[in-house]
Amino acid sequence: MTPGLILRPLLILLLLALVLRPEWFIPLFAPLAPEGGPVIYTRSSLLSLSLSHLALVAAASAAATVVAVTLAILVTRPAGAAFRPLSRTITNMGQTFPPVAVLALAVPALGFGAGPTLVALFLYGLLPIFENAVTGLTTLPPATMEAARGIGLSRWQRLIKVELPLALPVTLTGIRLSVVIALGTATIGSTVAARTLGEVIIAGLLTSNTAFVLQGGLAVGLFAVLIYDALVQLERYLARRMGG
Amino acid sequence: MIEIDSITKAYGAIKAVDAVSMTVETGTITVIVGTSGSGKTTLLRMINRLEEPTSGEVRINGDSTLSVKPHILRRRIGYAIQGHGLFPHYTVARNIAAVPRLLNWPKDKIRARVDELLELFSMDPAQFRNRYPAELSGGQQQRVGVARALASRPDLLLMDEPFGALDPIIRTRAQEDLRHIQRRLGSTIMLVTHDMEEAIRLGDRVAVMDGGKLVQYAPPAEIIAKPATGFVADMVGDVERPLRLLSLVPLSEVVEDGAAEGEPLPADASLRDALSACLWTGRNAVPVMRDGATVGRVTLTAIRERAEMRA
Repeated sequence: MTPGLILRPLLILLLLALVLRPEWFIPLFAPLAPEGGPVIYTRSSLLSLSLSHLALVAAASAAATVVAVTLAILVTRPAGAAFRPLSRTITNMGQTFPPVAVLALAVPALGFGAGPTLVALFLYGLLPIFENAVTGLTTLPPATMEAARGIGLSRWQRLIKVELPLALPVTLTGIRLSVVIALGTATIGSTVAARTLGEVIIAGLLTSNTAFVLQGGLAVGLFAVLIYDALVQLERYLARRMGG
Repeated sequence: MIEIDSITKAYGAIKAVDAVSMTVETGTITVIVGTSGSGKTTLLRMINRLEEPTSGEVRINGDSTLSVKPHILRRRIGYAIQGHGLFPHYTVARNIAAVPRLLNWPKDKIRARVDELLELFSMDPAQFRNRYPAELSGGQQQRVGVARALASRPDLLLMDEPFGALDPIIRTRAQEDLRHIQRRLGSTIMLVTHDMEEAIRLGDRVAVMDGGKLVQYAPPAEIIAKPATGFVADMVGDVERPLRLLSLVPLSEVVEDGAAEGEPLPADASLRDALSACLWTGRNAVPVMRDGATVGRVTLTAIRERAEMRA
C-alpha cells in the first residue's frame, strides 16, 4: 500500500510537469537531441495533444463499451444464445485485424484525421470488453439469480438491478485492458494526421530526434500507467463492496 | 387458504408432479418432504410460478395464481431458498427492503419495517443495517434471507430447503426461530425439505411426496403412527418411530403431581428430551418447571405409557 501512496502522486506530478512545463526538462533531454536541433517539441503544445489523445481514446472506448456490453447482454439472454458464437467471431476479427491495416483501409473512406483512428481503436477495443462482459453475465451466483426471480423482479429489473451490477467488476477489467491498449495504439493514429501524442514520437523518428521520441513516449506511458492504476483501484473498491 | 388443485408438471412423458391436490390452512406450517427427484421442489416452485404447471391450478384465498403476471404474483409470495440468495451488492437493509421497494412503499414505512424485522430476528438494526451480506455469518445470512421473504407481509411464504446450508447446531436454532416467528406473525408457510426430522419438528401438517405423487398428507403424529405406505414408513424410520412420536409431545401433557430429584426441564420440552435426561442421569423421573416454579414431575413410566398409545 505505502509504495503506491508515494509513487502515485510522484508519477502524477511528473506527468503534469511534462505536459504543462516541458521546458523544465531541457537539461534532461538536451543530450539526446541532435546538435543544434530543438530539444522540446513546440509545433503544438503537449497539453493540447494530450487532451486530444485522451479524447480520442475516451470516445473510442466509450463506443466500444456500449456496443460490446449491449452485444454481451443480447447473447446472454435465452433468445440470443444462438448468436454467441457469431458475435465472438466478429469481435475476434476486430482484435485480429492490425490497427495499422484498419487505418490504411479507413483512410480512403473517412479521409485523414481522427476518423480512421477512432474506427481502429473502436474495433480493437471490442473484444476484451465483450469477452469479460459475457463472462461476468454468465457466472452470476445461481442462488442470487433464483432469489431475484423468486421475489418478483421482472426480466428488465433483474438485468439492471442485479445482473449488470454483479457483472460490473469483471466487465471493468475488460474496459481497463481495452483503454490501455487504445492509449498506446492511438499514437499510430498520427500517421494519418490524427492529433495525438504520437505526433511528437513520429516527428522525433523522422528527424532522428530521440528527445522528441522520449517526450511523446514518456507522456503516453505515464497516462497508461496512471489510468490503469485508477481503474484497478475502482475495480478493487467495487469487488470489496460485493464481498470479493 | 391455499388450494392446490390437481396440479401436474410433465417433462415429456415424465411427470415430475402428478395430479397433486392439497389444501393449506392460513397460519400454519406445511412441510413437503421427499427424497430428491420426488417432485417436492417442483411442486413448491409451481405455487409462485417459477415453474408453469402443465395442468391444474393453485388458488390463494380463492384467486387463481394464473390470473396475474408471474412477477406480480411473486411479490405477494415470500420466497426463501437454500444458500439464502442475498444480493451481494446490497446492504442488509436494502436486501430486506427489496420487495417493499418493488411495491413502492413509502421510505419511512420501509425503514421501520426493516428495523422491525431485524429485531424480530435478534439482529441489532444499528449494527447490521448497513452491512453487506459477505460480512455476515452463515446463520445471519440465512436470517436476513427469511426476513427479506417476510418483508412485505406476504399471504404465503415458500421456503426451499432454507436450512440446508447451515451446520446442525445453527440449523436447530434457526428452526426454533422460524417456529417462534411464525406463531407470532401468524404466517402461512410451505417448506420443502428432505429431512423427516425437520418436517416433524416444524410442520403442523406434513406432505410426503414420492415419485411425483402426494402419498400422505397428515399431521406429524399421524405420519409417524400410521404411515400410509412403505415409503412413508421408511422415511420415518422404524427404529426412530417411538422417539419421533415422543418428540411431538410436550411435558405439560403428561406432567403429574409429585417431586423428583435433579435438574428440572421446562414444560414445553418434549418427552424425548425427558427420556434422554432420565437415561443420561440415571433417574426415574424429572421435575418440570413453568415460569421458574416447579409444577410437578414426569416419570419414565408415564413416558412409556404415552409411547404405547402411539398417537
